[in-house]
This record gives sequence, structure tokens and C-alpha cells, in this order.
Amino acid sequence: MNIRAVRAIYGFEMARTWRTLLQSIVAPVISTSLYFVVFGAAIGSRISTVENVPYGAFIVPGLVMLSLLTQSIANASFGIYFPRFSGTIYEILSAPVSPFEIVLGYVGAAATKSIVLGAIILLTASLFVPLRIEHPVWMALFLVLTAATFSLFGFIIGLWADGFEKLQLVPLLVVTPLTFLGGSFYSVDMLPPAWRTVTLFNPVLYLVSGFRWSFFGQADVSVGASVAMTLAFLGGCLALVTWMFRTGYRLKS
Amino acid sequence: MRPARRSATQAAMPPIISVSNLSKTYSSGFQALRNVNLQIRRGEIFALLGPNGAGKTTLIGIICGIVRPSAGTVSADGHDIVRDFRAARAKIGLVPQELTTDAFETVWATVSFSRGLFGKAPNPAHIEKTLKTLSLWDKKDSRIMTLSGGMKRRVLIAKALSHEPQILFLDEPSAGVDVALRQDMWRLVRTLRDSGVTVILTTHYIEEAEEMADRVGVISRGEIILVEEKSELMRKLGRKQLTLQLQAPLDRLPPTLDAFRLELARGGTELVYTYDTRGERTGITALLRDLAAAGIRFKDLQTSQSSLEDIFVGLLRERA
Repeated sequence: MNIRAVRAIYGFEMARTWRTLLQSIVAPVISTSLYFVVFGAAIGSRISTVENVPYGAFIVPGLVMLSLLTQSIANASFGIYFPRFSGTIYEILSAPVSPFEIVLGYVGAAATKSIVLGAIILLTASLFVPLRIEHPVWMALFLVLTAATFSLFGFIIGLWADGFEKLQLVPLLVVTPLTFLGGSFYSVDMLPPAWRTVTLFNPVLYLVSGFRWSFFGQADVSVGASVAMTLAFLGGCLALVTWMFRTGYRLKS
Repeated sequence: MRPARRSATQAAMPPIISVSNLSKTYSSGFQALRNVNLQIRRGEIFALLGPNGAGKTTLIGIICGIVRPSAGTVSADGHDIVRDFRAARAKIGLVPQELTTDAFETVWATVSFSRGLFGKAPNPAHIEKTLKTLSLWDKKDSRIMTLSGGMKRRVLIAKALSHEPQILFLDEPSAGVDVALRQDMWRLVRTLRDSGVTVILTTHYIEEAEEMADRVGVISRGEIILVEEKSELMRKLGRKQLTLQLQAPLDRLPPTLDAFRLELARGGTELVYTYDTRGERTGITALLRDLAAAGIRFKDLQTSQSSLEDIFVGLLRERA
């Protein structure tokens, strides 16, 4: 294994984060704080509790998950797309680096950034609402697993995209709506029965539900289903990225 | 080492790059390479010449791992580029044709990144030496986006040399480069060759190949049509011209001179005689004798030899 190459790619990507600190860290923290102001303070003041959890605290796992998903995808997709766009990908492809090492470097860096961001958002949230975490190990596990899975998904989008528009297409038109409709700001029990059934087909519901369970011990679906869904999505992404490298999809002509 | 002796030594050693029956057809159906066989000798400077679209960059791309071959095999220093890609690629440095650099990185950071990517331990002394050799040392903390095109080309060379490769590919190294940098690069390439690095360059500048190459390969329409020692190529295919400036212009040549296939130039004031350097006799003595017999006098004469460019163009015309 070419550990030095993995470290080089990882370090390169992390250095980009520090160069774009405002965009990478500060902007998501500000937008999350705004969610707290709007949903937590303005709307939340009219909703006392959801499943015996104060509404302000109830939305914290959903907000963290929203940032985690969008930032994981954004970081990883841009990380691999930009070298393809600028042409510097030639160096990665001509280096003694295996596809696994390339993925480890890029996805590892994107996941790290998202996890750091998630932790910062949690800290920010704790300034607004009293927060308790019933299952901290599970919380960390969901955080890492989701960041890794969606960074891998972002990496796939970065390989698939052949323009900046496509790079934004999936995050904006698919992931964000699914996150909003996946119980980030409400419990599925609050929905009419028909919509509740429809929501069960939304994979993000399982992520948010599992993550929320690690905080409050309550979930819309079973924890096992949440873990299984996350692992299934991770497996799907791994299979897809393996196929992409094996066929040279959008990387090698 | 003298060129002839070096060439003999190189030829006796196993090739550092061996290309066998290599073909490449892109998904569009365009066949970029057709059954290419090529061996690059250890420690030589090999110039690959060919017109646009001939397959030069595709060939380099396959050897370096950027393009997937459709058929055939390639080995670098005995390592198959597919099965044993790590060992093969670790030997190779590539300077691409396009100025593709990370705009926001500093020179030092990007060159260090390249070294790490190739699995080498950090070696600031080597990076410093490379940057100083390429006159980049005072720019080491500059962002690449602030550099001129020539400086960016130097950065690409520094990146390719960062992991101390044994084989260096220079794809059109002089494209968009000023004369000073071109001279610097030629010096650097010779220094690298003297230190044992094998250099393969593709170029449109025939003078570059003529100046630097030990051997020359010509590729056209995806096929290698010639590989030859540069000196041998010029000896074999080179032609000389004798130009005679006449004392009085001629309207036409007398039939007694038809055998020499002379050309009248500059309004009949010059006679041009083209002869083959490979021939045992040049025919000059006979020409001068017959000119005197025909009463044609000249006031001056000069000879010129065909350049590699003339040979190259001639070869491509033959294939067309």
C-alpha cells in the first residue's frame, strides 16, 4: 500500500479546506445557526415538544445530518471533479497509486472535513439548546459512517459529472429534498398515514432516525434498519466506484 | 562518453521501455495506434516525431497509465505497466503537453505533493536542488497562478523530477516556451541523460530533436514508420544540394546536362544540383566538367545539407 500517496492526497485536500475556511467551515455553521433561529426559536416556540423532546433539541440531529450529507457530497465531488476539470488528474492516474488508495485519500479527507463540521455544528447547537447524547458511541458511529458513505457518493458524483452544473444537480435536486423530507425537522409520526408510508422509501429517513436515536433514544424506524440502510448504501457506492475504476469511467479513455 | 560509444553500450543493454503490438482504438472508433512495436534504450534521448493526431500523446498516455490500451503490452524497466503498475509507474516521470497545474498551490507544495504521490519519503534537499536547477527557487513560495507560462512549464518539469524517475517523458516540452527556457531545458535534459535518466520527448520542433536526440522515431497515423539513430538517419536520408551562382543567366539548360537533373533558380541565375550523400560518387566532378564543356561559367558556389525537418517531411510525403 502506498501510504505516502494516500497521505499526500489527504493532505492536499485538507490544505484546500484551510485555504477556503470561510466557505468550508464558517458558511455551513452560519447557515445552521440560521436554521436554529428560524426553526428553533421562531417556529419552535409554538411547538413545545416532539416525542417528549423540546423541538429546538429535536431538530439538532436532523440539522447535523443535513450538513453532513450536503458537505460530504460537496467536498468529495469537488475534490475529484476539479483535477478532472483542470487536467491535473493526469498526475494521479500516472502515479503508482491503486484505485483504493485514491478513494481513501479523497474520501477520507472529505469525510474528515464533514465530521469536523458536524462536531462544530453540535457545539454551535449546544449554545442554543440544552443537548444530551444518550448513546455517544453510536452517535460517533453514525456520524463517521454517514460521512464516509456520502463522501463516497460525492466522489462518484465527481467522477460522473462532466460540468459544474451536473456537480450541483444531485445535491440540490435529490439530496437536499430527501433530507428535508426525511424527518430532519419532524417525526414521521406527525405525517398522515399515506405520507408516512411514502417516507419509508426515503433512505435519508433511516440516517436521521438512527442519528436521532443516538441522542434521545427515540427513533422513527428501528436502529437495526438504520444501520442496515447505511451499510447497504455504502456497499452500493463501493460497488459503483469499483466498477468506475475497473472500466476507467470518465477517468481513462 | 562519446555518442557512438554510448549508443553501442545502450544497444547492448535490455531496453528500458518495451512496447509490443500495441493498439488503441477509442470509443469513437478512431484508431490512434496500430500494432506499435518500439524499444527505448536505457539512458538515451529518444525523440518521437509526428504530425498532429499521429498518436504520440496516446502512446505516452498508455505507457504512463493515463490511457487504456486496446491490445498489446508495455513494460517499463521490466515491469508490465498493467500487472505490475506500481513498480512500472514509480520509474516514470511525465511532463504533459498542457500547462495543467494547481493554480492555488505554492510551487514548493505542489512539487512536494508529487513526490509523496509517487511514494517517496520527503526530501527537502532534493526538492531544493530540483527547484534551483530549474531556476524556480526564488518562486518556491509563490502560488502557481501568479507564474508565467514558462515558469509553469518549469514547475511541471520539477513535479515530474520530484520522485527521481529513471524515465522521463516530455510531451511537447517547448510548446509556448521562449528561447532562453528552451536552451535551459535542453541543458537539463542532457544533464539528466548524463546521470542515467532515459528521456523520451515528443516535439514539433525538429531542431529540438536534431539538437538533442540520440535516436529518432517517426510516427504517422498510429504507426511507427521509422526508428533510427539520428546521425544514421541523417546520413541515410540526408541529401545535399550544390548551388552554383552563374555569371550569366540561362533561359534553359543544354540537353547535355539532362542526366544531372539540375534546377534553374532565381530567374536562371542559379543552378541547383541535388545529390545523395549515400552514393559512392556525388557526381560533382562530372557536373563541373560538363558545365565547363557547355560553356557555363559560375562565380560562386555553396553546399547545404537537408535538415531533419526535410527528412521528416519527406517521409510523411512518402507515406501519404
